[in-house]
Formats: sequence, structure tokens, C-alpha cells
Amino acid sequence: MLCDVCKCNDATVYLTQIVEGKMQKVNLCDACSKEKGVQDPTGFALADLLLGIGAAEEIEKGAPTQKCPVCGFTQADFKKTGRLGCSTCYVTFSEGLGTLLKAMHKGTEHVGKIPQRAHRVAELSDQMRSLNESLQKAVAEENYEAAASLRDQIKQLENEMVTAKP
Amino acid sequence: MKFSNVMSSAGEWLRGEGPHHQIVISSRVRFARNLRNRAFPGWAKKAERTAILELIKPHVEELTEMQDSFSELLQDLSALEKQVLVERHLISREHAAKGAGSAVIMNRRQTLSIMINEEDHLRMQSIRSGLQLKQAFKLLDKIDSALEGDLEFAYDPRLGYLTACPTNVGTGMRASAMLHLPGLVLSELINQVVQAVSKIGLAVRGLYGEGTEAMGNLFQISNQTTLGEKEDEIINRLTKVIETIIEKEHDARQVLIQKKSNTLWDQIGRAYGVLTYAHAMTSKEALNLLSIIKLGVDLGTFPEDRRLPIDQLFIDTQPAHLQKTSQQKLNAEERDHLRAQIIRDRLKLFPKPDISKLAKESGNGSTSAPTNNE
Repeated sequence: MLCDVCKCNDATVYLTQIVEGKMQKVNLCDACSKEKGVQDPTGFALADLLLGIGAAEEIEKGAPTQKCPVCGFTQADFKKTGRLGCSTCYVTFSEGLGTLLKAMHKGTEHVGKIPQRAHRVAELSDQMRSLNESLQKAVAEENYEAAASLRDQIKQLENEMVTAKP
Repeated sequence: MKFSNVMSSAGEWLRGEGPHHQIVISSRVRFARNLRNRAFPGWAKKAERTAILELIKPHVEELTEMQDSFSELLQDLSALEKQVLVERHLISREHAAKGAGSAVIMNRRQTLSIMINEEDHLRMQSIRSGLQLKQAFKLLDKIDSALEGDLEFAYDPRLGYLTACPTNVGTGMRASAMLHLPGLVLSELINQVVQAVSKIGLAVRGLYGEGTEAMGNLFQISNQTTLGEKEDEIINRLTKVIETIIEKEHDARQVLIQKKSNTLWDQIGRAYGVLTYAHAMTSKEALNLLSIIKLGVDLGTFPEDRRLPIDQLFIDTQPAHLQKTSQQKLNAEERDHLRAQIIRDRLKLFPKPDISKLAKESGNGSTSAPTNNE
């Protein structure tokens, strides 16, 4: 049997996994299994490999020559490791990652725990939005006294947001 | 706390006092967390990894739960010591392969273990005996909230906690339970269960997690996905599925007792014979036979007070534990001899299996399922 990746060497590593009731099989040669990091069975799931191969292509579509501005990670690196370089990579490669995450998970949006700090920032930006709306309304109504007070409040909130954010 | 202390006291979860402890060996919950805008451990250069380690480690050591903890850099642990921690499920195999720039911190009771610079900057894990996923989650949630006051975690309002591998993004949580299912294996129903479980988005794995084979009739069940579902929903779903599997295991045992008692008696007798008289035994064989003896204790063929010594042997006969206890490096053949010797010694005063007790499953602490079989 030939290797599924390079299609030239004999496969020596056979992987089977059942995901969502569907059986997935991959046969790899020695060299390709090493390159995909399959040799160490612990750091590896077949889903990662299968998704990893497709995923790198997905990412390539979105950002052919893109490099993460924070860590210098490229799509080629993702293809090799199936892991990302840093948290900003999620922004850098967001286009391709979207499709990948959709295939991988139950949903596309986080609904779980929110860290306090992020929670505070979200709260403040909600407040900011409503203050801005009130300000526009006050200006439209030519209620300049109220507008001035709102402007002060917005300024204060801006300062708070700077300290809340890192 | 020194490594010798870790070695000499078994983790609290091993004492097996939690709910459904006959079938659910342990419940574990882990969170993956990363620092914002810092390269993930697999991509960071050594200097950056070390800097991240130095930033995180003091905060972890300061946690109330980490008073008198065991805290060690991976480079200061021998290969054997790392392997002991793997065999106790306190660190992952992947973490054991790490050296400079990585660390492990765990509490005295060995119920909380935090890996720094594994695949993610932080991998925090809480372990409990029996089926206690909620309790394990609660502790970890508290630890996580305490740490986020000092450390800024990589978090995105839409994607949640950001992790090195996209499979963990969102909650960054993996909840799992280790189940002992000899009844389902002996009655050849286990494949059906495995398939059903994987159909509903949960993963079934062997003893040491991803890519490992099932030995000793031990199976790990965990959530597969981390995005789009709340933590407590994941925990509840998993708990419900595990409760169903526990019922199925009890059913399978009842059917074995009623319809295949000869096979069951034969299995227990053989396991007892081989363990008591063998002079060489691989760890796989030992696990498989000990599993049958454990089933024997559950069914009352051995006295209840023999449960702990058997559970202890599951861990003590693992390769690294053997070598650490004998304080020498042993090749596979020497290990097999030593393993058989230790088992023979511990089973010396073990009573012979008592078949008359095999009439019905002892309901000690377990909720036997109704026997109205479909």
C-alpha cells in the first residue's frame, strides 16, 4: 500500500480513528509520518492530521504569503506542525481558520467562561456605546449642556478603558 | 516537597472513595491557557520560553492550593522520575519529553497539577476519585480565576481562550473520566459502546490518552470539542453519558453472572492462578489480569479489604514505578521478573476466589441498574 501523502513510498504507519461515527483511515510512509509528527502517538490525533492537511490549504487560500506580525509564523509552519505560533495568529489567519474551526467544533462562537478582565472591557465598551448614542441624540436636539456633560463622561470612560486594557 | 514524598504517597484519587468508584477510577478536568501576544511554547525560542516560565511560575506557587507543593523544572527531573509522573497521570507524555523552559507544580494531595510550557503556556489539571467531574471543574475554575488576576490570558470575545492547537480553542477545557469496563469487554459489547459514544462527539481513548491502546479494560472518555458549548454543559453531557455507561456495565456483569458464570469463574480463577504463580509478566499482561481480579473484588469473590492492594498494584507494576522502587535501571526482561515477584509477594496472603459469593453483584457503593433487560 502506498503512502497517502507522498504517494511514492510504501506505507508503514496505519492510523484509524472513529470521529463522529465515521471511520477515518490514513496510511503513511516512514518519512511522511515523521514529518507529520505521527511518530509520537501522544502528541497527536488523527483528526489533527486530517484537519491539519486540509487546514493548511484553507489557510493558504486566505493568506497566501501572510506572516504573523507578532511571532513570524507562516502557513507553511502550520502545515508542518498543526499548531499555531501565538494568539495573534488567530487574527492573522482568521479567514482560513474560520472554515477549519467550523468543521472541528460544535459551534463557531465561544459561549463559555469569560475572564474578568475581558468581562470588564466588554462592560465598558457597552457603556461607551450607550453614551455615544446619548451624545448624538443630545447634539441633534441641540441640548448642548447635556452634550458637554456626556462628553466629559466619555473622556473619563476612555481613560478607564485604557487602564482596563493591558 | 521532594520527589521522594511524591513517590511514597499515592495520589488521593487512587484511594478510590468517590461516587461510582468501582467503575469510574478517576475524573479529570484540564484547562489550556496562554499568555496574550507571546509565542506558544512549540514556537517560542528557548529564551522566550524561559522568560514565560519565570513569569508564570511564581503566581502558580503562590496559590493557596499550592502550599507545600511539589514544584520542579523539567530539566531537573530524571527520565525515570518524569515517567513516574506520567504513570500517575500527573503530567502528559508530551510534557515528559520537555526539558529547559518547562515545569510542573502539583499539590501535596496530587489532586491538582499544573504544567508550564507544555503545548500551551499553562495546562492545569484537577483529578478526583470516582465520578466527580463537577467537583474537579469547580476547583479548576477557582484556580483559573485566581491566576487570571495576575496573568493576562490570550482571549478573544468570539473565539474564547486561544490555544496552540485549534482543537482546544474556546473553553480550552477537556473533561475526562477513566472507566474500568471488564463486563462490557467480556461480553463483547464494548465496541458498540465506543461507537455510540463517538457518534455523539465524545472521544474514547486508552489508558494514557491519545493514540494509546486500551489495557486492563480501562477506557478514557472525554469531550472532543471545545467551541460553541459552555463548560457546565460539556460536564453535564459527559456525566450523563458516563452514568449510562455505568448502568450498561452493571447490566453486562449481571448477564455474565446469570448466563456465563462458568466463563466468569474461569477468567477470575485463571487470573488469580497466573498472578500468584508466574515468574515473568509484562505490564500489559499484569494490567489485564489485575483488571479481572478487580472485577472479582467488585463481585464479592474476594473480600472488599483487598480492593486497595489491587488498585495499588495497577500503578506499582508500571515500568517506571518498578524501577524507581528498586532504585535501579532495569531492562524489559528484568522488569518482567521483578513485576511478577512483587505481585506474587502481595498476593501471598490473598484468599482464593470464593465462587459461592458470585451469586449476585455486591452493591457496595454502586447503584446496580434495574435488571429489566431490553
